[in-house]
Amino acid sequence: MSEPIISVEHLGKSFGTNEVLTDISFDVSQGEVISIIGVSGTGKSTLLRCINLLEQPSYGTIRYHGEDILSPHFDLAHYRAKVGMVFQQFNLFNNLTVLENCVVPQVKVLKRDREEAEKNARNYLEKVGMLQYRNAKPSQISGGQKQRAAIARALSMDPEAILFDEPTSALDPELIGEVLDVMKNLAANSGITMLVVTHEMSFARDISDRVIFMESGHVVEDDTPAVIFGNPKMPRTREFLNRMLKNQ
Amino acid sequence: MPTTFFEWIPFLWKKYWPLLLKGAWTSLYLSFLGTSIGFVVGLLVAMVRTIPDPPKSKKVRYWLLKAVKFLCVAYIEVFRGTPLMVQAMVIYYGLMKFASLRLPLIVASMIIVGSNTGAYMAEIMRSGIISVEKGQTEAAMSLGMTHWQTMSCVILPQAIRNVLPSVGNEFVVNVKDTSVLNVIAVSELYFVGKSASGTYLKYFEVYSIVAVMYLIMTATLSKLLGRIEKKLDGPSEYQVLNDEEEESDV
Repeated sequence: MSEPIISVEHLGKSFGTNEVLTDISFDVSQGEVISIIGVSGTGKSTLLRCINLLEQPSYGTIRYHGEDILSPHFDLAHYRAKVGMVFQQFNLFNNLTVLENCVVPQVKVLKRDREEAEKNARNYLEKVGMLQYRNAKPSQISGGQKQRAAIARALSMDPEAILFDEPTSALDPELIGEVLDVMKNLAANSGITMLVVTHEMSFARDISDRVIFMESGHVVEDDTPAVIFGNPKMPRTREFLNRMLKNQ
Repeated sequence: MPTTFFEWIPFLWKKYWPLLLKGAWTSLYLSFLGTSIGFVVGLLVAMVRTIPDPPKSKKVRYWLLKAVKFLCVAYIEVFRGTPLMVQAMVIYYGLMKFASLRLPLIVASMIIVGSNTGAYMAEIMRSGIISVEKGQTEAAMSLGMTHWQTMSCVILPQAIRNVLPSVGNEFVVNVKDTSVLNVIAVSELYFVGKSASGTYLKYFEVYSIVAVMYLIMTATLSKLLGRIEKKLDGPSEYQVLNDEEEESDV
């Protein structure tokens, strides 16, 4: 294994007296696709948000290529540009068209010139099948289309890794497929490192290289999908999966 | 001499219409400029007030921002908490007394109306800014955008669109409220009404005309602002572009 892109070391997060994450540690290597699963409210999203520093961790360290991202001298803007995020609620910029959503961050953060940024944006919009809708405003397209555009926006920054925070949870069932297809395609062909919080067990099982099972703010099990889904070591993992797979 | 109300109205209009129209024009452009200044002031104040607090470790920045934010709140409280008419007197005569500054009336009026409107606008803008969903800021942050980039590219365009009805409202209020500037002898519509009614002592008649003139101005404005709002929303339709059309719009 190569040197990890992101290492989470003994990370903890509390909101007041409510401890949401306890002593979380794991490494993310280049090109890995990791699914984080577990029941709602176990801190999966908070973990992702800590990695992007949308939440300030209470203790512990997060390293990006060995550098402490919590250090006051760390170039946070550059890091965030290189580690993208896709949200459950899409969060496309409502005042901008689909194309502008992908262009503006490149111009502002990466200082690319407009032409180059637009070329790049078009390329990724085409990949997610949204090029036709580039002139639409977010309010004019469906949830699945919004999420695909949001993925294109993240990709337009040419990131090393993308954090997906329950990307299909806010979608109508018939729209989930189109977003999952885009993500599967990314996992198979792009070489981008992906960290995916998801309730889609099929994605976790079939697409990811590694699955992390979390419960009440702890990492319970961290292994390959074959082990987690085939022969989990922890009884709690087994319990969770039995419940999940029965419902699906 | 006219005898009834309905004879007086055309008589007075014929005699005073240039004066009254000039007064109406003054009211209109004073309120326009005052609202514009207030808009800018309010926007700036609201932007300062919504700057996230820097970490306490950066002492100078932390306390500097605290101080500036306090001044902003004080400004808002003072100008919202005192009548416009009183502000007009205090500012105009205050400047004269302490700075021996005899400002042209128009400039003084703009300062007065601008600062008063600015205080209200500041709160209107702030409500606009905090009404934009948190997800918009988070998405911008997750892409590495700075606070100012986020504000200028994402938050303010949405916030300003959302508060336009309130901004229009302030404008309409100002068309009427500039009438209090008669206390410092600005010849706006109310003031010229006073001169026009003096000669024949026909207050009711002249002010009926003045009232209708105010009404025409405010109604027209409301209509106009509604149009502008619609226009700013952009087209309600978009084209799905297929590959052949691709080249033509590049």
